[in-house]
Amino acid sequence: MFTPLFWFFAALTLIFAVAVVVNRNPVASALSLVISFLGLAALFVGLDAYLIGVLQVLVYAGAVMVLFLFIIMLLDLRAEKRRKFNLLGLAGGGIVAAALVLEILYVLSKFPAGNNQFPPLRAEKIDDVREIGAAIFSSYNLPLQVIGVLVLVATVGVVILSKRELK
Amino acid sequence: MSPTLNHYLLVSGLLFSIGFAGVLLRRNIIIIFMCLELMLNAANLSLVAFSRFNVGANGLPNYNGQVLVFFIITVAAAEVAVGLAVIVALYRSRQTTHVDDITTLKF
Repeated sequence: MFTPLFWFFAALTLIFAVAVVVNRNPVASALSLVISFLGLAALFVGLDAYLIGVLQVLVYAGAVMVLFLFIIMLLDLRAEKRRKFNLLGLAGGGIVAAALVLEILYVLSKFPAGNNQFPPLRAEKIDDVREIGAAIFSSYNLPLQVIGVLVLVATVGVVILSKRELK
Repeated sequence: MSPTLNHYLLVSGLLFSIGFAGVLLRRNIIIIFMCLELMLNAANLSLVAFSRFNVGANGLPNYNGQVLVFFIITVAAAEVAVGLAVIVALYRSRQTTHVDDITTLKF
């Protein structure tokens, strides 16, 4: 990927991910999440994963975010009132997340293979939709069927859960 | 200098940490749910980066990683649907989305 574009989209993803966490208004958080997902989709395209990038835009930035915004609208959530901060929770969360970042930095510094350039792809056209489809329907056929059942169960579960009376 | 695998893994790790911090710090259950999505996407980014890094003899990326990302996206979509239905049911019975107000299971 052309380097300035990588930095631009990586910064976009991370900055708006922080905005998701720090925004007080749930609608602003959800819209920041859309931008973050779009930046991530651009990073996927930069890694030559065109199908995954398109799926990211369609499923996450499209369907999932509409669902989030719809629920926020349905519950009529306002910006949170300023509550007393749970100082212990705040410190604990900050420390654990910072420790995770330090750990990742340490592991990456011990991983010299990751500093190599990405190997070049072949020069001819790359048909990644066909390749992924072939893999899904041959080597990964059983997981595909299981996912199908899972989505069906999720649909039935949502219908049951949204009934007025839970018995 | 074009981005290497470590750059992508660093972005992925930072994204995961931001989502993780959000889950721990925020008290609004919908925001916590959004942060869970961020963490799933961070995992997807590192999977796609490794898939691109591992180019086979035919000059194609290793598509097994991208197939796994496809499955993760599907499961995450199902999870969001069920989770939001649970949140709506919770809101109906308690009129709150604030996790500090939900203490029935607290010891």
